[in-house]
Amino acid sequence: MRPLITALGLLLAWEALARATGVPVYILPPPSRVVVVLIERFDLLIEQAAWTAAEMVLGLVLGLFLGAMLAIVFAASAGWRRWALPLVIISQAIPVIAIAPLLVLWLGYGMASKVAMAALVIFFPVVSALYDGLRRTDPGWLDLAQTMDASPRAVLLQIRLPAALPAFASGARIAAAVAPIGAVIGEWVGASAGLGFLMTQSLARGQTPLAFAALVLLCLLGLALYHATDWAARRLVPWQSLQGE
Amino acid sequence: MTFVVASPSLSVRDARIVFGDRVVARDLTLDFPGGRTTCLLGRSGVGKTSLLRWLAGLLPGVTRAQPLAYMAQRDLLLPWLDILDNVLLGYRLRGDAATLEAARPRARALLTDVGLGDRMCDRPEALSAGMRQRAALARTLCEDRPVILMDEPFAHLDAVTRLDLQDLSARLLLARTVVLVTHDPLEALRLGHQVRVLSGSPFSVGSAIEPAGSVPRDPADPVLLGLQARLIAELRSAA
Repeated sequence: MRPLITALGLLLAWEALARATGVPVYILPPPSRVVVVLIERFDLLIEQAAWTAAEMVLGLVLGLFLGAMLAIVFAASAGWRRWALPLVIISQAIPVIAIAPLLVLWLGYGMASKVAMAALVIFFPVVSALYDGLRRTDPGWLDLAQTMDASPRAVLLQIRLPAALPAFASGARIAAAVAPIGAVIGEWVGASAGLGFLMTQSLARGQTPLAFAALVLLCLLGLALYHATDWAARRLVPWQSLQGE
Repeated sequence: MTFVVASPSLSVRDARIVFGDRVVARDLTLDFPGGRTTCLLGRSGVGKTSLLRWLAGLLPGVTRAQPLAYMAQRDLLLPWLDILDNVLLGYRLRGDAATLEAARPRARALLTDVGLGDRMCDRPEALSAGMRQRAALARTLCEDRPVILMDEPFAHLDAVTRLDLQDLSARLLLARTVVLVTHDPLEALRLGHQVRVLSGSPFSVGSAIEPAGSVPRDPADPVLLGLQARLIAELRSAA
């Protein structure tokens, strides 16, 4: 309740400031104007939002899947770990934003380049969270499994992987928070649809209220994605729910 | 009535046990009689756990002599499995569906034996520490191996729960070859057909003490309490 009142207070202050100073609408539109545009252009906005949402979700799913696969490969094979892990870490020195134009060049202006971008920004947090979780299995469990003559494969699938799920869940939450960044940056660099595309287009035409309306939807999308992921992450590790809540 | 095939004895000959950089034992020769419980008593850090891990083949470069079941100080129940599946963990890990199915009734019977018959479908988090350790005991027995190694299995429990679990274990471990490590003289005297004190560094093993009577022995027995006083004195002087 409190954050809602704070937000409302800030919005009122913004409204008052915009009206009192008489700042042109194309510089800083008052919130009331943004709401009006939100309603008037709702069809356009929702269409673009659906496009961006699809990019985010696909990017998130792809990034989580690839990241999880690589983390499992690293945990299972010392060879892969030695040859590829340093490379994955070094690759993080490249700012992902700098690759965006290349992705657009290779994958085109359509959805693929944005999905790739979103997947790319979440890839590392996912690999690192899950791999870390896979390495930190309780040694007591590993000893127990050894006295039970478990194969390395059974230990990985039945002990190390489930034990690492809480770590994967935190990785997925971080991923859900940053996936929208990837999608929107992709749209800024070059796109034909999406909320990020709509923002650049409307700003260029002086339709600042429309850009703000797109921003509001982006914010809502990000929140929805995060909470949906958080919900799924909790279902993934039900045995932790008693402590966490 | 369970029919138990004679459990084999366990022998250690001229063993050298190294834990990290430290030589825990050198030229160690030790026999654990078959079908009996041997309690190894010693102060913390003397190398009891290292000896047990060595026997279990858990130290680097060591392979164990024969199949055995291992019970640690912590219950080591997997939080994502219910109690029944935890008891069947060994069968699940070995991945043979037929033996897993065959072991299911046994696991249920064991859980009923340890008083958890109505908690089989619960997750470990829903159980008290004593119940969890009982589930761990059931898991250890479910492995159905002739030799059982136990590393201070009741150290984390309160005094009354510990006595209850000692009684339960003594009953269920009957006729198996058990090596139980503890720092509690009373526990060793209650459960051990044979008690041996470990002392020094590298440690040496004292001669076998064989208290009279069957296990689990009554903790109020004056003879037992006299022996306990003697063991405590021995442990203190060894420091």
